[in-house]
Amino acid sequence: MSVRSPLGKVKGLGSARSGTHHFWQQRLTAVALLPLTLWFVWCVVRYTGAPHGEVIAFLSDPVSAVVMLLFIVAGVYHMALGLHVVIEDYIQREGTKIALFMLINFAAFAVAAVCGFAVLKIAI
Amino acid sequence: MPEARTSGRPSSRPLSPHLQIYRWPITMGTSILHRITGVGLAFGTLLLAWWLVAASMGPDAYADFESVAFGWFGRLVLFGFTLALVFHAFNGVRHLFWDAGYGFKTASANVSGLAVYALTLVATIVIWVMAYQGMGTWQ
Repeated sequence: MSVRSPLGKVKGLGSARSGTHHFWQQRLTAVALLPLTLWFVWCVVRYTGAPHGEVIAFLSDPVSAVVMLLFIVAGVYHMALGLHVVIEDYIQREGTKIALFMLINFAAFAVAAVCGFAVLKIAI
Repeated sequence: MPEARTSGRPSSRPLSPHLQIYRWPITMGTSILHRITGVGLAFGTLLLAWWLVAASMGPDAYADFESVAFGWFGRLVLFGFTLALVFHAFNGVRHLFWDAGYGFKTASANVSGLAVYALTLVATIVIWVMAYQGMGTWQ
């Protein structure tokens, strides 16, 4: 039996010192993604149907390139955190669950690397 | 006499009704749609990757990307992607307000849910109209 009070257990970060880490990161990326998504939608609307050269010119601008990279990183991180919860909720078998956790994390890093590389290749 | 729990046979007592029995409340619909659109958007990151990679590879690869993206199937997928992105963003704001402790009353959760549906529809249409108008200016 624990001698800690119920309040003591829920306050702070718990025994592993990371109790709300996942929750907090999900919210942090969500808030970051609001302006970033607005910007992304604007640039898709602006450059749909634009000649290739115009798209390259836009992404070559340092500000556009950096904001696009931020959108990619925040989006992919938010995605990995969200899919983690979905897997936790619906997959019961421990082995399958761990395999899917690995898969979504590998996929998230891969997508971020591919998108990031493409942006840098254009911008530099 | 009630049947013993250890009889090994299914109890004849009424079972709790499952999902298909309930009339779906607004909040139930927005909740599962948030999850479905989230998973859909995860696949949508592949579209973003395709667009950026095609742009980085040069005019020919970009033309190939455009011919697929602007086809009827491409447009259908992109329209779904827009709907999902806009819904997830608006409903995400709703979730952030809940996290901060606001809007939990049944009435306000219902109103904000309906507002998210309406805003999603309007914003998606506005985005597409603007994109089409923008396309015209490049030609």
